[in-house]
Amino acid sequence: MESRYTFGGDEHVFCQLGEEMSLEAFFKSLSMTNAVRESQIRGVTEVCAANASYQVKFDPDVIKPDDMLAEIKKLESQADAAESRLNTRIVEIPVLYNDPWTHETLMRFRERHQDPSGTDLDYSARINGFGSVDDFITAHSGAPWFVSMVGFVAGLPFLYQTVERARQIEVPKYLRPRTDTPKLTVGYGGCFSCIYSVRGAGGYQMFGVTPMPIYDPQQEINYLKDFMIFFKPGDLVKFKSVDRDTYDAAVEEVDRNTYAPKIRPVEFSLDEFNNGADAYNAKLEGALND
Amino acid sequence: MIKVIKPGLATSVQDMGRPGYYHLGIPLSGGMDLMALETANLLVGNPGGAAVLEATFMGPELEFKADAVIAVTGGELTPLVDGDARETWTSFEVKAGQVLSFEFLKGGARSYIAVAGGIDVPVVLGSRSTYVLGALGGFNGRPIAEGDELPVGDGSGTAGRSVAADLRRAPGNPAELRVLPGIYWHWVADSSGAQFFEDTWKVAPEADRIGYRFRGGNPIEFNERERPFGAGSDPSNIVDGCYPYGSIQVPGGTEPIVLHRDAVSGGGYFMLGAVISADMDLIGQMQPHTPTSFVKVDMDQALQARADRNALLQRIRDALG
Repeated sequence: MESRYTFGGDEHVFCQLGEEMSLEAFFKSLSMTNAVRESQIRGVTEVCAANASYQVKFDPDVIKPDDMLAEIKKLESQADAAESRLNTRIVEIPVLYNDPWTHETLMRFRERHQDPSGTDLDYSARINGFGSVDDFITAHSGAPWFVSMVGFVAGLPFLYQTVERARQIEVPKYLRPRTDTPKLTVGYGGCFSCIYSVRGAGGYQMFGVTPMPIYDPQQEINYLKDFMIFFKPGDLVKFKSVDRDTYDAAVEEVDRNTYAPKIRPVEFSLDEFNNGADAYNAKLEGALND
Repeated sequence: MIKVIKPGLATSVQDMGRPGYYHLGIPLSGGMDLMALETANLLVGNPGGAAVLEATFMGPELEFKADAVIAVTGGELTPLVDGDARETWTSFEVKAGQVLSFEFLKGGARSYIAVAGGIDVPVVLGSRSTYVLGALGGFNGRPIAEGDELPVGDGSGTAGRSVAADLRRAPGNPAELRVLPGIYWHWVADSSGAQFFEDTWKVAPEADRIGYRFRGGNPIEFNERERPFGAGSDPSNIVDGCYPYGSIQVPGGTEPIVLHRDAVSGGGYFMLGAVISADMDLIGQMQPHTPTSFVKVDMDQALQARADRNALLQRIRDALG
């Protein structure tokens, strides 16, 4: 995996860690962005991790672009030597799959979809070789996911599932983006799931909704008082398929501001994961039952 | 306090922006034409980065509840005080009870209305700028609306201060935007890359604070390559990555979009380079249908253009300091 550096105008260094998505590229994105942040290179104004790339925004009045690039490159050997081990947390996110709100929305934008005859879940299950939508939901809510990027809009997590390449779900985006997506929709595009933090435009397939808000600019929700955005790159997520009654009960708790996300600390070792994904995932999920 | 009688088309509170949160999807925001924004502030005796109103294509109608000194810069929207015209780029008084309104836009796209003391909305994550997609900052996280009461900070400006015509920067018509090729430029076929810079594009109606879309040029042709895992099915798709400010993405290879101050922070479309920092202000003053050429530059030229912009800004500060 070779890093490819390029400039985005005169204010950004953009670094691609792999053309394709992999956990290795994501881990390197995390370690490089951490290294740049810690190194306190003068002139740096933003450090953004992405799935398999990252970018650094800087002030060229303070540091010349070539010097900025050289400073970042110096950090690479250090980041390469970093152990692929991450102290993080795992969060259980309840999802009402096949919910009425995304269903209404996907019907409204059907002419923009690859398969106007069915739903996004029908289509995604079929093209990924699942026998039924239920089997597809079991896979989506099975193994955990890494938050591999936060962005597009405020607080929106991109999620990459911790399974072998052969078991990765892949779906295309809508042929033309929708102008509307319900807030807290669980979506899918390429090899990434996502949770739409706010209502708005979107091109990902829509599978369901979570009752758990993940962005609160007012900072009134009890678990978003310290910071308005819930996710950060490196968080682990386990989706849990819930029925309508459980969903409604959770929404009530959110409305009363008593909802408490299920969160447990975990350590993730890329080497141990690569030695056997299923056993390792079972251990990660076990942490949620502690 | 200022009462909003009519909000205009898309008028929002903006300052120099909110750096530091792009990695979580919160963009810079702030004025799209920062030089005009700073000039407006300096004219009324504010710090250059005080919060102002950014009016798009059309001015608001505002009733002043206290005496004020204000200035209007950027797009050519002639201000009217109780119906009497005032100069743009010049500070003037508005008395308590008077109404500020505007004539139709004669040039440019965005006007900056600075009030001595600044628009005193709460500071959120270090800035008063409005980020509408995230319902964050500004006046209740949204553009101003009829009936809003905008708080004004303490300040004392002087009427009759003006800035010379050669210190007012605006795009030409046709407009030229200088571009540093890069990011995924190597995906573009050589002939297609050359064509991109030869074509005349036009600003599409979908031109807002998130980004400016352009139409009318030839589609991008891509070099042959394998489709990377996780990127999606279109040849213009990448594994979702960060989007630099000013970066030019071309979804489906057809219509370039230049991201601006309320940029989506990342996504799955390749970028062929970025508009240089010195020319970002100009985009904020471009109206839909403006014919536009992209001009290829190298890093040295980009840095020289940045130095030129800084020098102009310094002359404005010296003149009004």
